[in-house]
Amino acid sequence: MTVLLLVIPLALAFGLAGLAAFLWALRNGQYDDIEGAEHRALRDD
Amino acid sequence: MCCTDTALAYIEAHASWSEANTTPSLGRDYAAFVTRDGEGAARASFAVEGIRCAGCMATIERGLARVPGVARARLNFSDRRLSVTWVPEAEPDIAAILAALDALGFTGRPFDPGRVSREEQEETQRLIRALAVAGFAAMNVMLLAVSVWAGALSDMTPENRDLFHWIQAVIALPAAAYAGRPFYEGALKGLRSGRVTMDFPITLGVVLTLAMSVVETLSGATHAYFDGAVMLLFFLLIGRVLDQAMRRRTRAFAENLAALRSTGATLVAPDGSLRDVPVSDLDPGARILLRPGERVPADGVVEQGLSDLDQSLVTGETAAVTVRAGARVFAGALNGNGALTIRVTAPAGRSLLDEVEALMGRALEARSRALVLADRATRLYVPLVHAAAALTLAGWLAAGAGWHGALLNAVAVLIVTCPCALGLAIPAVQVVAAGALFREGVLLNDGTALERFATIDTVVFDKTGTLTLPEPVLAGDLTDVRAARLALSSRHPMALALAASAGDAVPFPGAQEAAGLGVRANVEGVALRLGSPAFCGAETQAAATLAAHPDASVICFRAGEGVPMAFPVRQDLRPDAAEVVASLRESGRRVLILSGDRAAAVAAVAGRLGVAEWEAGLAPQDKIARIEALQRGGARVLMVGDGLNDAPALAAAHASLSPATAAHVSQAAADALFLGRSLTPVLAVLKAGRRARRLMLQNLWFSGAYNLLAVPLAAIGLLTPLIAALAMSGSSVAVTLNALRARGRP
Repeated sequence: MTVLLLVIPLALAFGLAGLAAFLWALRNGQYDDIEGAEHRALRDD
Repeated sequence: MCCTDTALAYIEAHASWSEANTTPSLGRDYAAFVTRDGEGAARASFAVEGIRCAGCMATIERGLARVPGVARARLNFSDRRLSVTWVPEAEPDIAAILAALDALGFTGRPFDPGRVSREEQEETQRLIRALAVAGFAAMNVMLLAVSVWAGALSDMTPENRDLFHWIQAVIALPAAAYAGRPFYEGALKGLRSGRVTMDFPITLGVVLTLAMSVVETLSGATHAYFDGAVMLLFFLLIGRVLDQAMRRRTRAFAENLAALRSTGATLVAPDGSLRDVPVSDLDPGARILLRPGERVPADGVVEQGLSDLDQSLVTGETAAVTVRAGARVFAGALNGNGALTIRVTAPAGRSLLDEVEALMGRALEARSRALVLADRATRLYVPLVHAAAALTLAGWLAAGAGWHGALLNAVAVLIVTCPCALGLAIPAVQVVAAGALFREGVLLNDGTALERFATIDTVVFDKTGTLTLPEPVLAGDLTDVRAARLALSSRHPMALALAASAGDAVPFPGAQEAAGLGVRANVEGVALRLGSPAFCGAETQAAATLAAHPDASVICFRAGEGVPMAFPVRQDLRPDAAEVVASLRESGRRVLILSGDRAAAVAAVAGRLGVAEWEAGLAPQDKIARIEALQRGGARVLMVGDGLNDAPALAAAHASLSPATAAHVSQAAADALFLGRSLTPVLAVLKAGRRARRLMLQNLWFSGAYNLLAVPLAAIGLLTPLIAALAMSGSSVAVTLNALRARGRP
């Protein structure tokens, strides 16, 4: 069961990385214009 | 003073026809709209009208990038706002941006987001951050919790179980401390003002659950409820975020409307120079110039000039009022054909606005005492749940279970009744219903209005601007096309109605507008005149026309010394007003018209709509008195109105609705605003209200039934964390799915 000591911190680290990425995106204003973003994704320039 | 005279003379001399001349280009002062960042780069926000497709986004951004000095232009498609950043050394030229937008086919106005909306933005961000943290914690704690539940059936050792519990504690405790803050603060604030809000049982439930779980973990017990606590926070925060997003969207839209409608004010500087400033920059004592066809930007006293004012947005009176030096004017009145210099007065004393605001304050206070469903549910729920927990504790102690077991079961009752479903039951329906109304062109100011709309049995309409459209149209036939051509040269609102029927005729060259009187032009040696009856010597014709069209005003025309003509001009009914009133009556509701306008004008409209109960010439306090009398008689009144004089009545009524063209004060007092020329939103809100209330009640009953099942289970000590998690998420999902039905069938 010693593998738990490796796997659990690893899982938590992934989770925290995801959380940090979300908070960074939020602070960066990437969620300010959700409707516009879906159109921008399809713009070809 | 002499300099102002020059300015007035300048305006009057140029008031003859020419779009460029009627709005002389002044040095516009937009400094208030520009903010600078750390590197000195200027930024400004604009509300933009006319964006209909995603293509507009690219058009605007590319078009503005070519304006010299602009570093970046970015359009926010969700709230129709444009943010422009200039390169650091460039001087921000807002007029150039507006001109560029205009050339691209859009209307824009510089826009100052203001403190309130920034605070709102921060609150949204804070809630989303809390939601993210709660989501992270819920997922990871659940991962460990599921392992423990699965381990209980297989061969998990107690050491491993304790380790898993401790890891859960390490994740859940800081996460709950951070993510639960909106609820803890709400509960504290409620307690300080002596009220128990829904935040209180939430806080109590979360804190007790966590505390008990830590104690259980310390003693190496089988069950810990960390997952329940964070999941509860996660679900409740989803409700809060949705609620906040709805409010923000409505507010952003209303702010855009306000920005697009505001024209600013023309300030007369002490040296006589003129500049355009935002209305918020006007101080009492400032002198402003009001050109023909503009709206009065702020309350004040006329210093100079003579003109007709259309006060319909202020008093509901459709006949123009002549004002001269010394007269009081109120924000929202539409100027006729003369230029006026106005001294802005401090909002003090017995002005109309103060009176209106005092009446409104009283009315709103009365309304806030009325309990909405959510309050009633809280009042019922909190004592019941706490009594159940106390009974459980006492019962187990009496049965000789000992403090530990008894406390454990009492806390289990609190956990399982934590108002997860109850907390989502009402906001979820409000959010979905508000979104559905938004698509129909109705902006909901207040979520609790939905349940008030549901119980309406009496509908009171204001006439001017509500049953009728705000802009006047010609009521009779155009008997001389020269009148319409001449009207093209005037900015007077009544002349605009005449001009609308001119077709593609061009204005007479050299037409001149005489302040306070009308327009004149010399055409092939004949002097043409258009304006007031006195100006055209048409008193007899005007009186005859008024007798034939009691709800109209007249504008007169005379060619040389020929027989003068009088044209009736009136505000036309909204195209579907008759059908809406008919279907309101069909559904058994009482319909009344309460207007500030003349009796003859109101009678004509009431007659055409088939409304028997109407009153005219009412002051704001009369309207409020009528509505209060109706409500004392047991009626639930919906007030639909737009004028400043309607604001107290809007606040006093059980529920209220305003067109988006309404005066600012009325917009603020109304529960909802509707866009467009149609009156069907009145029917739409009533229908949406009934549907929303039905769903809210269903949700509340469902939450109650769920508690009824879960509480006995918890009280007898059968609640395992697995059952708690299933029950909590199951009921939340059920309530949310039911709320989605508030969208209605398209």
